[in-house]
Amino acid sequence: MPKKVKTTVEFEGRVSEILVDIPDIETPLWGNDAELDIVGHPIPRVDGDKRVTGAAKYTSDILLPHMLYGRILRSAHPHAVVKSVNSSEAEKLPGVKAVISAFNTDPIRWHGSSSLFDKTARLVGDEVAAVAAVDEETAADALELIKVDYETLPFVTDMEEAMKDTAPKLWPNGNVVGGKPSIYERGSVSKGFAEADLVIEETFRTQTELHTCLETHGSVAFWEGDKLTVWDSTQAVFNVRDALAAALNIPSNHVRVIKQYMGGGFGSKLELGKYTVIAALLARRTNRPVRLMLTREEDQMNTGNRPATLQHVKVGVKKDGTLTAIELKSVNANGAYLGGAGCGAPYREMYLCANVRTEEYAVYVNTGRSRPARAPGHVQGTFGLESMMDVVSRKIGMDPLEFRKKNYATVNQAQTNPKPYSAKLLDQLYEAGAKKIDWWNRDKSRNSGDFHSRKRGVGMASQIWGGGGGPPAYALVKINRDGSVNVLSGTQDLGTGTKTIISQIAAEELGIALADVAVDLGDTETCPFSGSSGGSTTAASVGPAVRTAAADARLQLFEYAALELKVKPEELSSRRGKIFVKSDPQKSLPFKEAARKAGNNMIIGKGFRGPNPDGYSLNTFGAHFAEVEVDMETGRVTVLRHVAAHHSGRPFNPLTMTSQIEGGVIQSMGYALSEQRVIDPASGIPLNMNMENYKPMTALDVPTIEPILLTQVDEHCNTLGGKGIGEPPRIPAAAAIANAVADAIGIRIRELPITPDKVLAALKSSVPSHKV
Amino acid sequence: MSEIKSSQEALIPPVSRREFIATVGVGVASATVLTTGVMEAEPAAETLAHEPTEGSAHHVPISLWVNGTQYEIGVEPRWTLATVLRRELGMTGTKIVCDRGECGACTVIRNDQLIYSCMTLAVDCDRSRIETIEGVALKEKLHPLQQAFIDNDALQCGYCTPGMVMALKHLLDHQPRPALDDVKEACAGNLCRCGTYPNVFKAALEAAQKMR
Ligand code: FES
Ligand code: FES
Repeated sequence: MPKKVKTTVEFEGRVSEILVDIPDIETPLWGNDAELDIVGHPIPRVDGDKRVTGAAKYTSDILLPHMLYGRILRSAHPHAVVKSVNSSEAEKLPGVKAVISAFNTDPIRWHGSSSLFDKTARLVGDEVAAVAAVDEETAADALELIKVDYETLPFVTDMEEAMKDTAPKLWPNGNVVGGKPSIYERGSVSKGFAEADLVIEETFRTQTELHTCLETHGSVAFWEGDKLTVWDSTQAVFNVRDALAAALNIPSNHVRVIKQYMGGGFGSKLELGKYTVIAALLARRTNRPVRLMLTREEDQMNTGNRPATLQHVKVGVKKDGTLTAIELKSVNANGAYLGGAGCGAPYREMYLCANVRTEEYAVYVNTGRSRPARAPGHVQGTFGLESMMDVVSRKIGMDPLEFRKKNYATVNQAQTNPKPYSAKLLDQLYEAGAKKIDWWNRDKSRNSGDFHSRKRGVGMASQIWGGGGGPPAYALVKINRDGSVNVLSGTQDLGTGTKTIISQIAAEELGIALADVAVDLGDTETCPFSGSSGGSTTAASVGPAVRTAAADARLQLFEYAALELKVKPEELSSRRGKIFVKSDPQKSLPFKEAARKAGNNMIIGKGFRGPNPDGYSLNTFGAHFAEVEVDMETGRVTVLRHVAAHHSGRPFNPLTMTSQIEGGVIQSMGYALSEQRVIDPASGIPLNMNMENYKPMTALDVPTIEPILLTQVDEHCNTLGGKGIGEPPRIPAAAAIANAVADAIGIRIRELPITPDKVLAALKSSVPSHKV
Repeated sequence: MSEIKSSQEALIPPVSRREFIATVGVGVASATVLTTGVMEAEPAAETLAHEPTEGSAHHVPISLWVNGTQYEIGVEPRWTLATVLRRELGMTGTKIVCDRGECGACTVIRNDQLIYSCMTLAVDCDRSRIETIEGVALKEKLHPLQQAFIDNDALQCGYCTPGMVMALKHLLDHQPRPALDDVKEACAGNLCRCGTYPNVFKAALEAAQKMR
């Protein structure tokens, strides 16, 4: 039996201690000098052919015989009591097979004290009723025929309004989540401000960002007797299975959740959605499969968001650039139900500073609930912090990059017993990025625009994130008698390339070709447990488990090869399709031949993720440099170049890693310049629940993006030497762009997105100066 | 639509040799049909495998040529081409993302024109020649553009990919030597939330080069 130990794991900024086994099969670290044939190479996605031919089946593509289509009726009011739901007309419509609501189903608890169909609606878009019909069009018709009697209540959509005593309350205990702010303090900020030569205060604001996954949230549910099978567009099949079983009050082994391909999640698909339960209820009631995919409008309205923030920042600094105190007071729009909101982590961790205090309010408002959004909290907080660092460095007349280097942290100060970072090469990223953008000659850029109508500027920002992953994560590696291999793990590939990385790791450890490995993920019935795909943890959590499982399978196969080669199994190694004697590589046997010898004696390698190292903080770092041009007549900002330097230990696949970095930058450009949810304060109705008016970046908006990958192995993090990259590139990009805008026009825009109207208003109201 | 209907000849969808073979199989009689330009629908028509959707009262019969195969199908006048392709014909490669002409995920080629199939009623496509992502690969072999998408990692989640491929295939069909700006313009109506645009540009340019 493997030995149990305690280890620390981090997920989306939350740290917990768990019990974990130590694998008894040793897989030594793949260090910097390891000779790897497949891992670390730019390998095209193993499922690329399915995605370019339309063969890949996403949840939205599942078609089952006699399948019905579900639709949800949503509240038209931001705050109202649902007094009655009359569905008799809808039920009479030919093709309608079921209508459910709070008035004809048993209540299912949701969001603490709320329920699946709550009789109080708390936002425009809350679930009121649902139908199943023979096609989407009939389902939509049916929604129109359902009559709901609402008693409207006073509402509040603005988070600052919501904090006032006079504001309408969403919940009996008031609108501040938990009734009080969450406070962190180390040292004493008042002492720090007293020691400072200069104390600077600023206020920053960020907007509500919508995930806008191309595939909307949704599920297909199908009962065979008391056994439920669900296809779900999810980042976490096991989370969904267990929560769904609990919601329906059936055992977990009666529920199978499958996710093959998914059209984007970005943090919004980490938990069980109401739509899944509704699909299962409709399927049970009609005794037919039901597909319930949300419409684009519903998806934008009520599947999560990156919450808006208000950040009051106060910083104390000495003339030589030493930070003496950092204080943040933030307000974060949590939405109508508890979702999780806060942006203080970068303030606590990024820079060396003895005196730090963060005071954060999360506030209930009558709008969509916040959900993790690709680097939750850090994206908002880093915009505030890194804008502030720019302000402070300019005020004391120090170069922004030098200022950051001056306050470089080498230990994780936010921990009670600060541990050193396992690998922090941010200083090298600063150098590489600065060189690429020609940082030290950026005056040239500022002067290169046509000075009257277009101005140019350069800005930078940096980033910290977790991404070290950890247990529990499991994998199975099966060797078939023809030598082909199946890898099974209950993780999911969101389009991040997980499947490809897992194939690479298994092939490398087994010593066979990538083409001989097939990977199956995202199925709670066939795959062993792995956690949700979030927090940039998937590769570093699942990868080592896959490697151990492959090593286990390989050792089992060596027993057969050893008989054939008349040596001991320990004397064998494998590479490039051959099993050979280490001391005499000429003595060898093809891997496939050994598999044939094993025949139907099933070889199943088992692997699980071991503990994280004691004594280190596992983090990832990056530095971005942007060059922008501002049109002084229209106020439009164009990003000309964006350099994104990152280090996450060994890049498992530089090709897919580069895509993640570019994609992260492009999403962040939208966040910096154009994306925002707009809600009409008078009616509480969201106004831009579509793609055109939400304004994500298009092909025409994209500048030259120049990723820089530092490939140095992190020797402490895990046996692969690498960590995650999904979220890091989202974190510093907006701040780098905002700092570049300030550099260009000499005025700082303190609120995202930096839209033309804000630029023009700023140009009108202030005299440009380069003391921004 | 109207100008197509005004000409009797235009009612017969032009059929490439490859599509023709896929439709009716290889044979002497078929070849005759091709040269005369008169395609008899009946022998090749595929009657739908699945039962017609229940409850829909007002079905209009239409005939669609999808990737070289003819389908006779009853549709409600309000059904979009995207819905018919996906739900009625089971060709789910074409995606619906916004369902209102904003994102390009549903892009297909109709009678050589690029269209958003979510904004096109199926009844208006009667007797049209439709090309979808399922028809882009040449036999079992990937189209050079598809191969270039894979090689350049021009896809992450892949949900925008079918639309992107259709838009860029249409470009390459008509402009074998596109410049970067042509490529950008060609997929300006295709949103990619994962932000794979730079790799999409690379893929299109590389495919153009390889196809010369
Ligand atoms: S689904 Fe047709 S354009 Fe978006
Ligand atoms: S690859 Fe995900 S939307 Fe384009």
